[in-house]
Amino acid sequence: MSLSSNHLLGLHEVPKEDIQLILDTAKTFREVLERPIKKVPTLQGKTILNLFYENSTRTRLSFELAEKRLSADTMNFSKSGSSAAKGESFKDTVLNIEAMKVDMIVVRHESAGIPKYLTQISDANIINAGDGRHEHPTQALLDMYSIREKMGKLEGLKVCIVGDIAHSRVALSNIYGLQAMGAKVSVCGPSTMIPWQLESLGVKIYNNIDKAMEESDVLNVLRIQLERDAGVLIPSVREYHNYYGITTERIEKNNPDILIMHPGPINRGVELSSEVADGSSQIILNQVTNGVAIRMAVLYLLGTRSE
Amino acid sequence: MKILLKGLQLLNPDQGLDEKADILITDGIIEKIGSIESSELKDVKEYNFEGKLGVPGLYDMHVHLREPGQEDKETVQSGGNSAAAGGFTGVACMPNTNPAIDSAEVVKFIIDRGRDHLVDINPIGAVSKGRKGEGLAPLLELYDAGAVGFSDDGTAIKTSALLRSALEYSKMIDAPIIEHCEDESLAGGSMNESIVSTQLGLPSIPTVAEDLIVMRGILLAEYTGGKIHVAHMSSKRSVELVREAKARGVEVTAEVAPHHFTLTDESIKKFDSNYKMNPPLREQKDVDALIEGLQDGTVDCIASDHAPHNIEEKEMEFIYAPNGIIGLETQLGITLSELFHTKKLTIEQIVEKLSVNPRKVLNIEVPQIAVGEAANLTIIDTEKEWEVDIKSFKSRSINSPFAGRKLKGKSLAVINNSKIFFDGEFQSI
Repeated sequence: MSLSSNHLLGLHEVPKEDIQLILDTAKTFREVLERPIKKVPTLQGKTILNLFYENSTRTRLSFELAEKRLSADTMNFSKSGSSAAKGESFKDTVLNIEAMKVDMIVVRHESAGIPKYLTQISDANIINAGDGRHEHPTQALLDMYSIREKMGKLEGLKVCIVGDIAHSRVALSNIYGLQAMGAKVSVCGPSTMIPWQLESLGVKIYNNIDKAMEESDVLNVLRIQLERDAGVLIPSVREYHNYYGITTERIEKNNPDILIMHPGPINRGVELSSEVADGSSQIILNQVTNGVAIRMAVLYLLGTRSE
Repeated sequence: MKILLKGLQLLNPDQGLDEKADILITDGIIEKIGSIESSELKDVKEYNFEGKLGVPGLYDMHVHLREPGQEDKETVQSGGNSAAAGGFTGVACMPNTNPAIDSAEVVKFIIDRGRDHLVDINPIGAVSKGRKGEGLAPLLELYDAGAVGFSDDGTAIKTSALLRSALEYSKMIDAPIIEHCEDESLAGGSMNESIVSTQLGLPSIPTVAEDLIVMRGILLAEYTGGKIHVAHMSSKRSVELVREAKARGVEVTAEVAPHHFTLTDESIKKFDSNYKMNPPLREQKDVDALIEGLQDGTVDCIASDHAPHNIEEKEMEFIYAPNGIIGLETQLGITLSELFHTKKLTIEQIVEKLSVNPRKVLNIEVPQIAVGEAANLTIIDTEKEWEVDIKSFKSRSINSPFAGRKLKGKSLAVINNSKIFFDGEFQSI
C-alpha cells in the first residue's frame, strides 16, 4: 500500500484509503514510541528541511522529533514575516535550499497556498505544517487518530469543532478528513467566527454551545486567539467564555459522555475552564504523543513512496 | 506624407457612420474618404485593409503608467507603446504615482513625457493632496494643466465630506470624480469573499465593501449634482445600484475591466498572484451581471486597469503579492472573444465602450472619421486568431493571467498624432 500523492498539502479531496493508511501506519509507530529504544532506521540518509516562516513550538518540535525517530537528517529554517522583508524572495530562498539537495520539506507559512507553490518549484516531497487559514493536515490527522483511539471508530460519529472557525487552519482539514472517514461534522461559535458559506461544505452550524454539546459525540475545541481583532469579532473574552466556554457544569448538563479535545495551547478560563482542561488533560496530552506518531507515519509513507 | 488605407469597413456609432471606403490621409489629416486608387496619386504608401474595421481610435480611461516613481514597472513611453500595440490611441493615467499627480508640475511632466507619442496621454489628477484623503488637491490648477478627471484610485476617497467637496468643486469644470469603490474597513483581503475563500483560507474582500462606496458615490452625486464615475465595477449589486441611479437621472457612469467579465474567483485555486487584483475576481453571478450591465448600457465603458508590477513582487507569497495585472495588450482581444464572438455585444456597442464613451465621460472630443479631421483610427481584424505571448508585450511588465490564452480579434494598426503603428513599428506619416 502506498499513498496516492507525493505530497501532503491538505486533506481536501484526499481519498479515504490514504487517510486510513496514515492512521493505521501511525498505530505501528505509536507502539514504537512506547519502546525503550524509540528510533527506527527507516529514513536513514534522507534529508528533511523544516521550513518555518511562522512561529510554532509544538508542531515544529513534533515534526523534528518524528524525523529524528525515523533517523532522517534534519535542518531547520525559521523566519517570520514576508520574504520580501529580508530582501530575498521566497522562491530564491527555496531554490537555494533546494540546491543543497533536500528530500522532503515540512513547511509552515502564514500565506495560504505556499505548500502548493513549493511543489511547483521543488522536487522534494512537500508536507504542509499549516498554511495561513487554509489547512493543517497533520493536526487533523492526529485529532482523528485520537478520536478513533478513544471512540473505536470515526464513521457515524458526530464531531463538533468549536471556536474561531474562520481564522483556523485546523477546522478545514478536520472537516475534510472527518467527512472522508464518514463522520458528521458540525461547527459551533459566534456568527462572526463562522466562515462564509461554510454550510455548503455539508457542515452543520451551531451558534448555541448547549445544543451543539447535546447533539455531538466529540467536541474539538479551538484556541481563541486573544490578540486577534479584539472587539470586532467578539465583544470580549469574558462574553466568549460565558457563552461558549466549556465548563464542567455544561458537560454535566448537556452531555456527560462527550469527548473533549483541544489542539493546544489552551487558554484556560476562555475556551475551556481550568477544571475541564485538567479533566481532559489525559486525552489532550495524548493528542501530542499521537502527533509524533502521525508525523512519523506521514514522513515514512511519503519518504519511501518512490522506492 | 500620404498614406492610403484600402478596403476599410468604417464604423463610428458617434457619427452614425457605417460604410465601406478607402481613406487617404495626408500629413495626419483625412483628405479623402471613398473609392480611391493609388495609381491616381504620387508618393503614397498603401495599406491593404480589405474588409477590416476602421473605428475611432480606442481609448482606455484607466491605466497605471507608474511614471514618475516606478519606472522599472512602466513609463509613459512604454505604457504608450503598450497601448498602441493593444489598439489604443489614448489613455487616461491614474495619479497613484510617486509623487502623486497632485500638482500642475506633475501633470505637465507626464504630458511632456508623452508629448511625441502616437498615443494621447491624459493624466487623471488626485482628489486629495498626496492621495492622503485629508485636503483637496488643487483641482482647478490640475485641470488647467491638462488633467481630465480626478481620483484617489488605489483607495476610495477617505471621507464622505471630502467626496462631497470634490463633487461640488469639480462641478465647476464639469470633470468627473472617478471613485475606487472599496470600504477600507471591510476590505484588506487577498480575494473575493465566497465559498472559494472559505475553502482556500485566504483573507477575503466582500462585495458589500464595493457596494457601500458605490452607493455613497451615487447619493452624494445626486445630492450635489456632481458627476461620479465608478471605476472597475465588479459586483452584481453595484451594477443594480448604478442601473437604478441612472434611471433616476443621477450623473453616474461606470466602467468594467475585461478580467472581471471573463474570470471568476475559481481561478484563485491556482494560488497564482497573476489572478490577484483589486477589486478581486468575483463569482459567476457577478460576471453575468456585469455583462448584462454592458448590454443594457448601465456599464458605459470597458477599461483595463492596466497595473504593471515586477516579477519579483508578483512572485511573493499570495497574501503579500501586490494587486493588479496588465491589460492594455489583451483587452481588445478578450473583449472581442468574450463579448462579440459570443454575440453578447454588437461591434457598435464594443466601439462605444472602448472608444466613444470613455472620451465622453472625460469630456474629450470623440475622433470623427471625416474629411478635414485629424486621423485618429484603430484598424481591427475581428477574425484574427492569436495566442497571448507575454514575451512580445510592449509593456515593461508581464503580470498577466492571460498568458497563452487563445483569442479571436486583434488590432492591426493605430493612427494618431500623424503617426501610424503597424506591424510592430511606429512611423511618422
